[in-house]
Amino acid sequence: MNKFITYLIFIIISAVIILGLALPIPDIPALGDKARVLYFHVPMSWISVLAFFMSMWYSIRYLKTRDINYDIKSFSSAQLGFLFCILATATGSLWAKFSWGSFWNWDPRQTSIFILLLIYGAYFALRSAIESEDQRAKLSSVYAIIAAVTVPFFVFIMPRIVESLHPDPIINTQGKINMDSSMLTIFISSLVGFTMFYLWMLNLKIRIEKLIYKKLSLIE
Amino acid sequence: MLLKNSFLVFKKDLSSELRTRYVINSLLMFVLVTISIIKFALGDEKVDNEILTGLLWIAIFFTSVSGLSRTFVKEEEKETSTALKLSTGTDSVIIGKLFFNLILTFALNLLILILFILITEYQIKNLSGFLVVIVLGNLGLVSASTIIAAIISKANSKGTLYPVLSFPILLPLLITVINATKLASLGVETDKLFGEIQILVSYFVVVTVTSLMLFKFIWED
Amino acid sequence: MKSIELSAENISKSYSGKIIFKNFSINLKSGDSVSILGRNGSGKSTLIKLLTGLIASNKGKVILKVNGSTVPQNLWYSQIGLISPYLNLYDELTGIENLEFFCSLRNNSRDDMKEKIDFYLNKVSLFDKRNEPLKNYSSGMKQKLKLIFAIINEPGILYMDEPRSNLDAEGIDIICQTAEEQKKNGILIVATNDTDDIQLCEKSINIEDYK
Repeated sequence: MNKFITYLIFIIISAVIILGLALPIPDIPALGDKARVLYFHVPMSWISVLAFFMSMWYSIRYLKTRDINYDIKSFSSAQLGFLFCILATATGSLWAKFSWGSFWNWDPRQTSIFILLLIYGAYFALRSAIESEDQRAKLSSVYAIIAAVTVPFFVFIMPRIVESLHPDPIINTQGKINMDSSMLTIFISSLVGFTMFYLWMLNLKIRIEKLIYKKLSLIE
Repeated sequence: MLLKNSFLVFKKDLSSELRTRYVINSLLMFVLVTISIIKFALGDEKVDNEILTGLLWIAIFFTSVSGLSRTFVKEEEKETSTALKLSTGTDSVIIGKLFFNLILTFALNLLILILFILITEYQIKNLSGFLVVIVLGNLGLVSASTIIAAIISKANSKGTLYPVLSFPILLPLLITVINATKLASLGVETDKLFGEIQILVSYFVVVTVTSLMLFKFIWED
Repeated sequence: MKSIELSAENISKSYSGKIIFKNFSINLKSGDSVSILGRNGSGKSTLIKLLTGLIASNKGKVILKVNGSTVPQNLWYSQIGLISPYLNLYDELTGIENLEFFCSLRNNSRDDMKEKIDFYLNKVSLFDKRNEPLKNYSSGMKQKLKLIFAIINEPGILYMDEPRSNLDAEGIDIICQTAEEQKKNGILIVATNDTDDIQLCEKSINIEDYK
């Protein structure tokens, strides 16, 4: 079963990469072929947010149960989230270079992902500054939760400050999906494929961390 | 009972601070140094309010992240927290310390504002709106800094960690309050700032409630 | 007279994978006294912290009952007196300010409190020094003040962790008196590596047996 899922993820992601670059896409004003980045950029951004909230969820579970396994899960999810956050920033910057003329121009979306990067960074900095495992688990859980309750404020704040030039994520202002069916199929498969990939990596990461903890005889 | 004990904790912190002047003295110097740097950097240049407001909040932010951690760090360093833990519930500790930091921040901000206006000729066209925004901004700032202070008091390398942990948490507040302060100083009516004020109030409420819920996990050893 | 019960079932504690002690169980009720023995660094203080609820155990449970009903852990503090090397009072406050602060937190009425504080200060002969900040106290005087802090609210359970440290003969005498007093109404737990302290208690436990 596990093997089957591994192969499935491999096939979906390979297909997305090949078809995403090879198949023609409909003419989108001002974006053109550059729109292909959304096959990769949107799933990365989605996973970096998903991983962040998964990490927060496991933090709450940890504080409730004091089971160190939840801390391992929270930490592993944060590490993967950080990785995907960097990938989302990189793909976004690349696209910004060719569409807006520079890699970084403090567009609200760029600011938001920058803050997510900062939160991940602060979370790891805090973890490395605490020696005892229980304390580390507890305090970083608390921090993750506090960070998570302040993140939604950006949703309200950002549009007030500057208007974003960022293309509407999936659905445009009229509420219609302006992708044709082949593009939509690739996009959705990419989203599903990368999410499965994240969950698969998370599972691996948790198993590795547990082995390390076992070796240090921190868990049984 | 809760309020009485919170007040006692606040009073204890205040009188021990007034006696040692540990935080106050260094923070006063910090404010002076920061304001002087701003003065030297600006020279005689006439700068518009957009930049001045940013500078003002840089001074406020760094003053608070260099002083507000002290109230918790001291309890840990001097190992007095155990005595406090054995004498009162967790809620009164966090509320008392919140109050202490609030008073400290208000006092320092008053000083920063006066010095800042004196040296930069900062014009405030809508004073009442400006003050409302500054006070609300400080409420959120203190609330978030206090709970982060409690976290870092248990960690190593406290000094450097404090700004690192506070900044991402405070950023939504800072962006909003800088914008609102700028608008008020330019003379925008207070009721036009209603959106910003709403965000500032809800930020304060959300962070304070979360702090009260999570503090017990930090406070136990 | 309130009756108090403290029971621990198979509690274990480890730090960074190192076991401090495991499967420690104890059952105490009013009138009981026990001394905990062990070398320096053997985990006596950790055990005391666990029993006072200052830290949580990895496994097992500590239960505190007053008059038969279980006290939730966030209210344990009202039943506990602790004197230990890792508990300090405020250096910049005077002796009387320290005691007044902690007493009023515990909801004592003003007159009651004044009377009690004066009584105890006289008992340990610190009354003359009451208006001096703690930073001017010697370590023995601080230890005496910590003793007052521990017993002033007549705790159901009194924990003494290395109670003799820095004390002179008179101080040690007061410790012994306090211990006798405590055994009449409550539970006494002494962590020590001093053989004289063992005689204060009826039972004695060696923490090395739980490694």
